[in-house]
Amino acid sequence: MSEALTLHFDVNGEDFTSAGQASVRFKKNMRELGVDPEIIRRASIAMYEGEINMVIHAHGGCADVEVTEEAITITLSDKGPGIPDIAKAMQEGYSTAPDNIRQLGFGAGMGLPNMKRYTDDMKIESTVGVGTTVTMRIDLPK
Amino acid sequence: MKIKEVKEYLDAELLCGDEAELEKDVYSACGSDMMSDVLAYVKDQSVLLTGLVNPQVIRTAEMMDMICLVFVRSKKPTPEMVKLAHEHGLVVLATDKRMYEACGILYSNGLTSKGVKKR
Ligand SMILES: Nc1ncnc2c1ncn2[C@@H]1O[C@H](COP(=O)(O)OP(=O)(O)OP(=O)(O)O)[C@@H](O)[C@H]1O
Ligand SMILES: [Mg+2]
Repeated sequence: MSEALTLHFDVNGEDFTSAGQASVRFKKNMRELGVDPEIIRRASIAMYEGEINMVIHAHGGCADVEVTEEAITITLSDKGPGIPDIAKAMQEGYSTAPDNIRQLGFGAGMGLPNMKRYTDDMKIESTVGVGTTVTMRIDLPK
Repeated sequence: MKIKEVKEYLDAELLCGDEAELEKDVYSACGSDMMSDVLAYVKDQSVLLTGLVNPQVIRTAEMMDMICLVFVRSKKPTPEMVKLAHEHGLVVLATDKRMYEACGILYSNGLTSKGVKKR
């Protein structure tokens, strides 16, 4: 695998039922590539949390994945409301999710911390009123 | 503990899965209605007990490489959810027991959150 493999997923923000589908497909793709199961699990959970965030906080968005020999890079971009205070959003337990989201099993304020923990690098760029881009890198063993 | 035993201990109904799958061993479990709490512990959990009913429960279990899902408090998944579980090779059980009791029964029979205790 000398050339980078790229994947693109659109994430529908209108329909919560389908939330998580992109990550399920991503996971299947990684299995087909023969990536180590432990790494696949970490990468898929990180992408899944990010995907759900785009659906519940940002009316959807898209996910771009690049796989090279060195790393898996996942970029999640949305045109949602943005995150006013990223440091605060990164705290475990911090959530602005309304009650109806909590009834769906999300809104514990654990998503972003989980994403950070499961990846080797994570960057959040966000502008209020413009949108948010989260970039995560998971290193692959040599 | 085998999935078959989980089913027996919880007096649960089998909604998805076959005889061969019931013979599979499970080593640890977690119980929660909050999916991100479940996703916070990545180490080989094989059973998820939950009272939450939506497709994200199935997808969360799939993300975690879990093999058995138990709906507590008489919650029943929709046919679409069962179909999704089937696609992912997940065994789905449903019990009338409440979360606390279901977890307690499995725990006291040796299925802890960190693996099966030697008895
Ligand atoms: N893509 C996004 N656009 C706008 N705001 C976001 C986005 N992602 C996260 N946030 C904000 O950051 C907060 C924390 O996110 P985090 O994923 O940690 O928790 P949560 O989504 O609220 O709950 P959980 O992930 O546990 O279900 C959110 O409540 C929300 O205010
Ligand atoms: Mg989240």
